Amino acid sequence: MSDLAAAPAAARPNLNGLWVAPPLIVLALSFLYPLALIARSAVLGETGAPDWSGVLATLDSRPFLNALLNTGEIAVASTAGCLALGLALALILAFVPFPGAPLAARLIDTFIALPTFLITLAFTFLYGSAGILNGALTQGFGLAEPPVHFLYSAWGVILAEVTVYSPFVLRPLLAAFSLIDQSQIEVAGLLGARPWRIVRSVILPAALPAAIAGGSLCLLLTVNEFGIVLFIGAKGVITLPLLIYDKAIQESDYQAACVIAIVNVALSLGLFGLYRVAARRLGG
Amino acid sequence: MLVWSRSGRFLVWTVAALLIGVVFLAPLAVILAASFAAQWNGALPSGFTLEHYRAAGTGASGDAVFASLATGVAASVLALLSGTWAALALRAQGPAWSRTLGILFFVPSAVPSVSVGLGLLVAFSQRPLLLNGTTAIVILAHFVLISAFSFGNVSAGLARLPPDFEEVASCLGARPAYRLAKVTLPLIAPYVVAAFGLSFALSMGELGATVMVYPPGWVTLPVAIFGLTDRGDVFSGAALTMILVGVTLTLLIGLERLPIAAAGRRG
Repeated sequence: MSDLAAAPAAARPNLNGLWVAPPLIVLALSFLYPLALIARSAVLGETGAPDWSGVLATLDSRPFLNALLNTGEIAVASTAGCLALGLALALILAFVPFPGAPLAARLIDTFIALPTFLITLAFTFLYGSAGILNGALTQGFGLAEPPVHFLYSAWGVILAEVTVYSPFVLRPLLAAFSLIDQSQIEVAGLLGARPWRIVRSVILPAALPAAIAGGSLCLLLTVNEFGIVLFIGAKGVITLPLLIYDKAIQESDYQAACVIAIVNVALSLGLFGLYRVAARRLGG
Repeated sequence: MLVWSRSGRFLVWTVAALLIGVVFLAPLAVILAASFAAQWNGALPSGFTLEHYRAAGTGASGDAVFASLATGVAASVLALLSGTWAALALRAQGPAWSRTLGILFFVPSAVPSVSVGLGLLVAFSQRPLLLNGTTAIVILAHFVLISAFSFGNVSAGLARLPPDFEEVASCLGARPAYRLAKVTLPLIAPYVVAAFGLSFALSMGELGATVMVYPPGWVTLPVAIFGLTDRGDVFSGAALTMILVGVTLTLLIGLERLPIAAAGRRG
């Protein structure tokens, strides 16, 4: 009986699964093939033979190690800043809403669609050596030199990244907060719990998965960030993506650029995995 | 309401206003002001001019506006086609394959854009595919970076689709192609439109991959803005940035209205 049932299915194989082939071929040709060639160019030197000493020389060089350290420090500090700012804004927008709060949430949300270097350009007008803040301070106090310099250090990059990427924390947090029963908070308040205690014992536990998902996305995006670092253009602040650009375009040292790119891609894929795990826990 | 006392609430609101004002509003306001500023020596700009915008409409800046719009439209349409196709095709796979391939289609969004650009530069500077120095390699770079977002948006739409409509269509004898054109695609249209808006916005602001691959004759807006500010012409850079922001937001807001208008007509 079961053989009879299986027979027609075998006679007409299901070809529906093959519809996925065209986009897969496009992906392979436009993304996977270039990625494989980066790996090949990283290992093969100018002569076409494997050149492991060149790989090791790049990995052991001071510019690479500095860029790796800078990338990690800036990404961790920016993510911490995004979590702090995103949490503070989400708490206010969701639980102490003011007239115009939805409009403010939408304004912050539009930053997701805007180019990241916009913020750096704005910061040069606000905090640059000829910017508003320094102009006001030098005029107001009669100073000879502009007193504010943080923009041209790692702090400038971190502050810009916090501005650009905190919406990625704010959005999932607001979604999580909208699921919290407001009457639970009213009751806790009526029973005499102070706001900070309600935040700690009712709101934060409910928001933790959203904060982890948003935070790991921020970590990924800040490790990959290029525009902000390029536009600040500070000599001491070189991250992995900027070093790849410098090696390939400025120095035409493609082997070194490919070696660094492999490290950067591996780091990003690791963080992507972390984000997927966090997002799946949020969903389930 | 978390804070009960009137004074406490005002304190919290002051903090919120300061945060939103300093962190989010001030940067946008200052670029807008700079794009109209004739001079800016002290704390505030002095003088008002439209000269930066006039310059943006002509010459190299005008070309950059055109290059960005053309790249954005071409890459977004291609990404939408490929993303929608992939999302629809994945439904025919088993759950395990569907998840694995879904992650694979997402991966380009996780890889740093500079590395995507470097890969295209290395891959297409040699035979059999010579694209280096063409417009096509810029569009291809944008396509790779935004296709994952198109795929993600359309997949999310498909996941929320109630299965009843398609099943009813099949039971009534609709062929797969007819069902796709008349039932499935209209139902996911809002997600497709949203995916196009997001893709276009991302393409308009793309910098990392573009600086790796762009030919001299196809300079996009972000590359042109970097060139201007790097030379110290920050006011023209600000005007071009405002044009970029204006185009992006107009399109996003316009597309957001579109499904609502269509739904209104249908009802």
